[in-house]
Amino acid sequence: MSNKTILFDKHVEYKGKIVDFAGWQMPVNYGSQMDEHHQVRKDAGMFDVSHMVIVDLRAENESATIKGFLQYLLANDVAKLKDSGKALYSCMLNENGGVIDDLIVYYLSDDWYRIVINAGTREKDLAWINKQAAAFKVSVKECDDLAMIAVQGPNARAKAFEVLPLDVVEAASPLKRFFGADCGDWFVGRTGYTGEDGFEIMLPESEAVALWDKLAGAGIKPCGLGARDTLRLEAGMNLYGSDMTEQTSPLISGLSWTIAWQPQGRDFIGRSALESEKAEGVQQKLVGLVLEDRGVLRGHQKVILENAEGERVGEGEITSGSFSPSLQKSIALARVPIDIGKTCKVEIRGKLLNAAVVKPVFVRDGQAL
Amino acid sequence: MSEVPSELKYTESHEWLRVGDDGLITIGISDHAQALLGDLVFVELPEPGTEFVAGDECCVVESVKAASDVYMPISGEVVEVNESLVDEPEMINSSPYDNGWLFKVKPSANELDELMDADAYLAEIEE
Repeated sequence: MSNKTILFDKHVEYKGKIVDFAGWQMPVNYGSQMDEHHQVRKDAGMFDVSHMVIVDLRAENESATIKGFLQYLLANDVAKLKDSGKALYSCMLNENGGVIDDLIVYYLSDDWYRIVINAGTREKDLAWINKQAAAFKVSVKECDDLAMIAVQGPNARAKAFEVLPLDVVEAASPLKRFFGADCGDWFVGRTGYTGEDGFEIMLPESEAVALWDKLAGAGIKPCGLGARDTLRLEAGMNLYGSDMTEQTSPLISGLSWTIAWQPQGRDFIGRSALESEKAEGVQQKLVGLVLEDRGVLRGHQKVILENAEGERVGEGEITSGSFSPSLQKSIALARVPIDIGKTCKVEIRGKLLNAAVVKPVFVRDGQAL
Repeated sequence: MSEVPSELKYTESHEWLRVGDDGLITIGISDHAQALLGDLVFVELPEPGTEFVAGDECCVVESVKAASDVYMPISGEVVEVNESLVDEPEMINSSPYDNGWLFKVKPSANELDELMDADAYLAEIEE
């Protein structure tokens, strides 16, 4: 665990508890994960997400087509991106329809798209993207001189605007949700991974430490990866490596909405595998669970389906689980047989506990759903 | 800096033990352990009346992050558990050595001398 972001010394200074995350020394909390979670739901918090990988795709020459490349590379269709700055969430699939990674792609112009991928999948993603890009004359450049700070929460916008440079405020203030804008060396997206409003700010590493202090001074409290995980789980957002992997397709990962089937003629990597999976009949789905008994749902716990007579009729598995600070109950995402009813059991240390099966979104914009 | 009361005994797995006037031994997890675990949200206590051998997994404490086993530091029978933790597991964070105690044991052997005193435990967690 040798990698440190440019903000590492700040994390130590702000009393962050440092852990290894995908080879990076990152703060899991700065004292209390619970307090940081509530801070983001009720006010404003910030996360160092500089370990994530920003990649710019640019045209190598006039025959290059980045749009055509991304239409082949991604299961979602960048043709939906008509306005400059618009972002799209997509899976990048292998030939078997398994998920190599999930990512956000911003359309800046026909000659410039920016994508943000996960830190834990950096090497394989870059190798895969480069391999596919060659035929399209698209240049793939990792922006490893950029830091990224996510400011999230109902008051994140107002508080951040107090201290962001004026030109960045001007670029950010008209942004609708899921849009981004560049501003010189900076880039601001009205995006995030918490279910709250806010921005993800990409900026030169040389300016990141000063911005961190200014944001903290404006009352945006530093929050660790622990709170980031409970916030995203409550928001029903998948975590790569847990809720979907190369062994699972989007169809059984709650991500069918990210597959663009139309136009039928668009050939994207993994399409034929997904079509076969669909034709054979999708057997599983990702659902939300709320534990009704006392305990904590965790990844890999067994989910048991029973019929009215109490007989076992099927099994599934929790992919992500935690205590939900907002709901004060335990919640989870679970991959289960498609015909699951409204309740199930979860096996925790040999005991069968009762859980309700719900849509996999628990909290959005501060409201329990 | 973790608090390590000098009158208690400790284990390498971060349990503490207090010997009462009645010969019963109260057991909990150390300040160092609760800080490592973070905000506690659930405790699965042992059944009173259960006999354990030193080293047995006897209890589970869960923080927002993860579940952790608590190991029985000495052989004996659990005679009482801290029921108030069921509704307020966060007392382990706020008061690990007092309100956050886990259970009391009637020892079946004299194994206390094999455990660490405060100085030894402090050295252990400072490593």
